[in-house]
Amino acid sequence: MRWVDHDGETMRLFGLGRTSFIAATAILIGGMAAAQGTLRVGMTAADIPLTTGQTDQGGEGMRFMGYTVYDSLIEWDLTSADKPSVLVPGLATEWSVDPADTTKWTFKIREGVTFHDGSPLTAEVVVWNLDKLLVETSEQYDPRQAAQGKSRIPAVASYTAIDDYTLEIVTKTPDATLPYQLAWILMSSKANFEALGKDWEKVAMAPSGTGPWKLTSFVPRERAVMVPNESYWDAGRIPKLDEMVLIPLPEPNARSAALLSGQVDWIEAPAPDTIPALTGNGFAISSNAYPHNWTWHLSRAEGSPWNDIRIRKAANLAIDRDSMGALLGGLMVPAKGFLPPSSQWFGTPTFEVKYDPEAAKALLAEAGFSLENPVKVKALISPSGSGQMLPLPMNEFVQQSLAEVGIEVEFVVVEWNQMINLWRAGATDPASEGAHSINFTYFIQDPFTGLIRHLSCDLIAPNGTNWGHYCDPDMEALLAKIRSSFDPAEQDAVMRETHEKYVNDALFLMVTHDVAPRALSPKVKGFVQAQNWYQNFSSITMD
Amino acid sequence: MLSYLIRRILYVLPVAFGVSVICFMLVQIAPGDPLTAIMPVDATAEEQAAMRAAYGLDKPLPVQYAIWIGNIVQGDMGKSIATGRPVAGEVLVAVNNSLLLAFSASVIAFPIGLFLGFLAGYFRDTLCDKAVTAIAIAGVSVPNYWLGIVLVIIFSVTLGWLPSMGAGPGGSQDWHWDWLHMRHLILPAVTLAVVPIGIVARTVRALVGDIFSMDFVQALYAKGMTRFDVLRHVMRNAAATALSVMGLQLGYLLGGSILIETVFNWPGSGFLLSNAIFQRDLPLLQGTILVLALFFVFANLIVDVLQAAIDPRIKRT
Repeated sequence: MRWVDHDGETMRLFGLGRTSFIAATAILIGGMAAAQGTLRVGMTAADIPLTTGQTDQGGEGMRFMGYTVYDSLIEWDLTSADKPSVLVPGLATEWSVDPADTTKWTFKIREGVTFHDGSPLTAEVVVWNLDKLLVETSEQYDPRQAAQGKSRIPAVASYTAIDDYTLEIVTKTPDATLPYQLAWILMSSKANFEALGKDWEKVAMAPSGTGPWKLTSFVPRERAVMVPNESYWDAGRIPKLDEMVLIPLPEPNARSAALLSGQVDWIEAPAPDTIPALTGNGFAISSNAYPHNWTWHLSRAEGSPWNDIRIRKAANLAIDRDSMGALLGGLMVPAKGFLPPSSQWFGTPTFEVKYDPEAAKALLAEAGFSLENPVKVKALISPSGSGQMLPLPMNEFVQQSLAEVGIEVEFVVVEWNQMINLWRAGATDPASEGAHSINFTYFIQDPFTGLIRHLSCDLIAPNGTNWGHYCDPDMEALLAKIRSSFDPAEQDAVMRETHEKYVNDALFLMVTHDVAPRALSPKVKGFVQAQNWYQNFSSITMD
Repeated sequence: MLSYLIRRILYVLPVAFGVSVICFMLVQIAPGDPLTAIMPVDATAEEQAAMRAAYGLDKPLPVQYAIWIGNIVQGDMGKSIATGRPVAGEVLVAVNNSLLLAFSASVIAFPIGLFLGFLAGYFRDTLCDKAVTAIAIAGVSVPNYWLGIVLVIIFSVTLGWLPSMGAGPGGSQDWHWDWLHMRHLILPAVTLAVVPIGIVARTVRALVGDIFSMDFVQALYAKGMTRFDVLRHVMRNAAATALSVMGLQLGYLLGGSILIETVFNWPGSGFLLSNAIFQRDLPLLQGTILVLALFFVFANLIVDVLQAAIDPRIKRT
């Protein structure tokens, strides 16, 4: 197995002849000449994400403070809006696993990369960064970054710099998902840390990464200003703007008003009911499918009605997802499975997730239930929460839809922070009050977050995030095969097979997928919204 | 006067202690976990336990309180769990921004409220009185976050005259007393001023009306004083109570502006508090509530002392 860097392709392009070279140069110069303008972004976060390397504030933190100021060894391809995002070389140009010992990985570190402070990136600096997260006795250990990063690389057992540009990582057990895990880990500058008295609080105010953007100023809770890193290693991703300003604007109406009054040029997640006003005033709504889902995670603990596959399938057939779209201003992708239909891992499930109330009633009748004798379920929901879209009206829609086929839902409503605790505690924890499902939206971008963590037997809550206590030997075998398939094509095939089982067994109440809407001023040009939680801001210009 | 002052200051100590206990305990009652803000939602139970121990959240509550209050007495309010930054610095910046907003709102609200109240009290049961009463009731009744949104729609979105959010083009740390920055203050300050205008006007109207019906006013008229001189006496009599109401309102303006600060994205204590609540950032929450509560206590102390200075009857009690 071997991945090859963009550079290989670039060289071949140059090999095509002088015309291509001139065209490429012209594009580059044209891009540089257009460099101007400030993009002001209204984020949904209430604070500027952690700036030292490993970010907080979830997907938004990685999007705006992670892949902007920093890089990881392996990154997500953010260049295309039309196809699912895949892994591409980042600070590692290639990597391979030892066929004789599949716990042993070798990474070639990209040569000639420098941090914003001018210090070079070497394999030793990568080791230093891994110690920052994993070795509590190291001087650079940072509990805040470790809290964010350690759980992302559970496979890593040890690591060594073989030479300046060769890194070896040994995993605890053979684990083919390691490249996906490493896509989380961002590299901070060792030299900068040392120059600032080995104090992460000082680094937070003057951070240094290798990313396409340099953070120049930062006022907690108010704003962060970034400028292009003109010496970025990937010439195609050198930002065209002069400046990007991040402004935390957690209140949706305040975000929309700021955009409408010209104080920002871009807002994340406009409220669906403000979208007609925004488009009516000439603002563009950008959206795209991405690996996110809005489901009810079903309890499979003893006594849960969802243990009956007929009831699970009936519920999935009871929801008119197209009508739900009206609630969300059309900004959703109706679920056909656990992963979005455009996912490279969707596969070809035989159970079709659709609206068919008659089939739902027939399945319930088979299970001994009817409109007069409904099956009763308790559902945990939250009135708000990060990524939850519009949880109250959406859950009421689901409740009504299920009632129409003979499933009576009683809600247990808790505040979002407590909801996260209940999700961690699991379905059988007394705090969950005997609920049979939890409405939790998921980041499902890689094999672990997408499929493994929800249903793996060894991750049953509270040990992990298998909230519903599901454990099935066939599923377990598939999940193990994902980890042991070192050929990417073979791994993709197992992922598809696993997802087919998710759908065919109707293991979740699969409702919808978010499309990451963002509203842009008509001045913003050149943005390509990738099918990913993270985005590339380098191609953007301002009119 | 001095003994009154000392007695009044000593009263503050048990109140401050009570406030600290309530601040600490109140935030423990709500379900939720401060670690949610700083760990990925799928962090393992073991990692969570290690983090809980690192922040001392695994200790019994009385021990946590003792450590907290011990540090507070030494001027250390701890570090925010969500941001890792010192609470004292965070609260100081936020309270400073809220004070700016609260004083601006006071400058608008108190003179207008006083003026309208005197007007209505003096011309009691006239059309003028009814108009002022209507304004006062509207001011108290209109939800101010709704008013804020309406003002934003009119003056920011439609007319484009004033900014809708933030504390200046460069953030609050770059504040200057120039038009570029002060225009950010106008909408939130006006919105915040509406309730106190109503309350002060209503209180002063009732006071002035009552005082005008007292015997001494008739006596003053009988002595041959002009209406203006009589009004001066009435105002002096009303001043102590009006001051006390304004003191309470100042406290309200400082601590009660969560909704306004959220609508206008104003980086003050209300904004800080609401984020701390959602993140269960206990040290930040406790620190902010404590500072705001103590501010309220001291505002009352100052008002009491001023009242005593103005009204000789108070000193004797």
